[in-house]
Amino acid sequence: MDLTAQRVTLAGDAGAGAEAKPRLADRIDAWLPKIVLAPTFVCALVFIYGYILWTAVLSVTPSRMLPKYEFAGIVQYEALFGNERWWLALKNLALFGGTFVLVCLAVGLLLAILLDQKIRGEGFIRSIYLYPMALSFIVTGTAWKWILNPELGIERLLHDWGFENARFDWLIDPEMAIYTVVVAAVWQSSGFVMALFLAGLRGIDDSIIKAAQVDGASMPTIYRRIIIPSLRPVFFSSFMILTHIAVKSFDLVMALTNGGPGFASDVPATFMYAFAFTRNQIGLGAASAMMMLMIVVAVIVPFMYSELRRPRNG
Amino acid sequence: MAELSQPRDTGRLIGRVIVYGLLVLVCVYYLMPLFVMVTTSLKSLDEIRAGNLLSLPQDPNLDAWGKAWSSACTGIQCEGLAGFFWNSVSFVVPAVLISTLIGAVNGYVLTMWRFRGSDLLFGMLMIGCFIPFQVVLLPMARTLGAMGIANSTTGLVFVHVVYGLAFTTLFFRNYYVTIPDELVKAAKIDGAGFWLIFRRIILPLSAPIIVVSIIWQFTQVWNDFLFGVVFSSGDRQPITVALNNLVNTSTGVKEYNVDMAAAIIAALPTLFVYVVAGKYFVRGLTAGAVKG
Repeated sequence: MDLTAQRVTLAGDAGAGAEAKPRLADRIDAWLPKIVLAPTFVCALVFIYGYILWTAVLSVTPSRMLPKYEFAGIVQYEALFGNERWWLALKNLALFGGTFVLVCLAVGLLLAILLDQKIRGEGFIRSIYLYPMALSFIVTGTAWKWILNPELGIERLLHDWGFENARFDWLIDPEMAIYTVVVAAVWQSSGFVMALFLAGLRGIDDSIIKAAQVDGASMPTIYRRIIIPSLRPVFFSSFMILTHIAVKSFDLVMALTNGGPGFASDVPATFMYAFAFTRNQIGLGAASAMMMLMIVVAVIVPFMYSELRRPRNG
Repeated sequence: MAELSQPRDTGRLIGRVIVYGLLVLVCVYYLMPLFVMVTTSLKSLDEIRAGNLLSLPQDPNLDAWGKAWSSACTGIQCEGLAGFFWNSVSFVVPAVLISTLIGAVNGYVLTMWRFRGSDLLFGMLMIGCFIPFQVVLLPMARTLGAMGIANSTTGLVFVHVVYGLAFTTLFFRNYYVTIPDELVKAAKIDGAGFWLIFRRIILPLSAPIIVVSIIWQFTQVWNDFLFGVVFSSGDRQPITVALNNLVNTSTGVKEYNVDMAAAIIAALPTLFVYVVAGKYFVRGLTAGAVKG
């Protein structure tokens, strides 16, 4: 019994039929890994690729409250790009995404470098920096909505501290509302970037740094010329994750500003939700979803391409 | 010699003080929102209006907590968060267990039973980590409706399993890659079958990655808002959606203390997991980050 099973496996591996007629049970055995993986494969095929295709189809139909499958060309895309609210959402995504990614990278790197100075209680401090990551964006949004409350929040605190004329009403200021989202999002995600950078710093070979020190290089120079450049892969993955968080950001905006005041802090994700699910404009919603996908692809693919083409430095 | 090292030591000391000072300052910044949430939730409304964000509660009480749990309004109904909390529990637990189990088996096949094209399948699946979910919402809403599981626990379990699989598979695959091939090869030669090897050899080695996967999925699914708000309504909604409704319900006086108590209630399960198993939580984050 043992022998047959082994031989069948071997035959399967070589792809040659050594045994004339393997028993049915053995054949199932040989197929088992594929059978086991099949449901996931089908799920990915249908629920990721199939659905992207389906959304693409919806985006070229005149569907409003119910899907209506007739070809309408690019009217939805024309409507989308003729819509001021969509342009505002795109502008907000650029403002929010840009500042959020940059600030997170800067704060994360700085904290990681500070924490890498043989700090006592490092583990404890690190866990404080990281706990916001365990929270829902809805909780974060609720908390910051209260802290930034134009009347009773930080503004009141500043008054109590003696800054009688201080004003801090970003939440209701159309120009500044999107930056409240940056503040809360950075609070939530920068600790995570710190953890990535810290892991990167710990992976750097000490002997290179020692050699530079022997050569008389100062610590700032060593950081600028050796350590930070060697963190390039960490910059790469952090950038990808942060961009991704930025484009998908939906919960935080809903909880913090609900896109307001007016539509002042709308982003593509809230735009898509509003049109697809509350305003019964399925075609337009689908078109905006496709644009979101393209934004992710447009940002991530060139970045990945340039990164993967670089020869790995040993 | 003493004169020479003196200024250098002072310089180093100042450097250390600055580093520690900055680190502590940042700690204060990260902890401030939590402090404000907790203290606000223990104050009365009058006290909130009279004081400021950082003032301590004079007469701490749990009234706001009681209201948030059992009688605050989340839209038209005023039954607090209790029901929604259990809604979340009822779909989070199966979704986490099922996606972890399937992810484990997938990872096992993708490392120990590779076949032609299996790496391609893995790559295909990984793209699932990248897409903005907005691009699948409309078709999924139609599908759940057609299957008769719209606005149900089953529907949410289904959605979270489907879109969680990419991550759980990634975790297990990357973990199993580090298990030496010889172990499984030897078992195959001894005639052990697919499931026997999985049960007897692979599973006993998997405890750490199972914890990572469960914690990751638990945090993701519990904290999800998008799927919850799109695929459920009324009293079937998860707690994140209910919290958002509670905060945005504008009937009468705005009760900031109740809002904060509600936010803490919604955050407690994941915070608890973070406190008891933070190490694994961070490992999941970074593991997901390497490829995702």
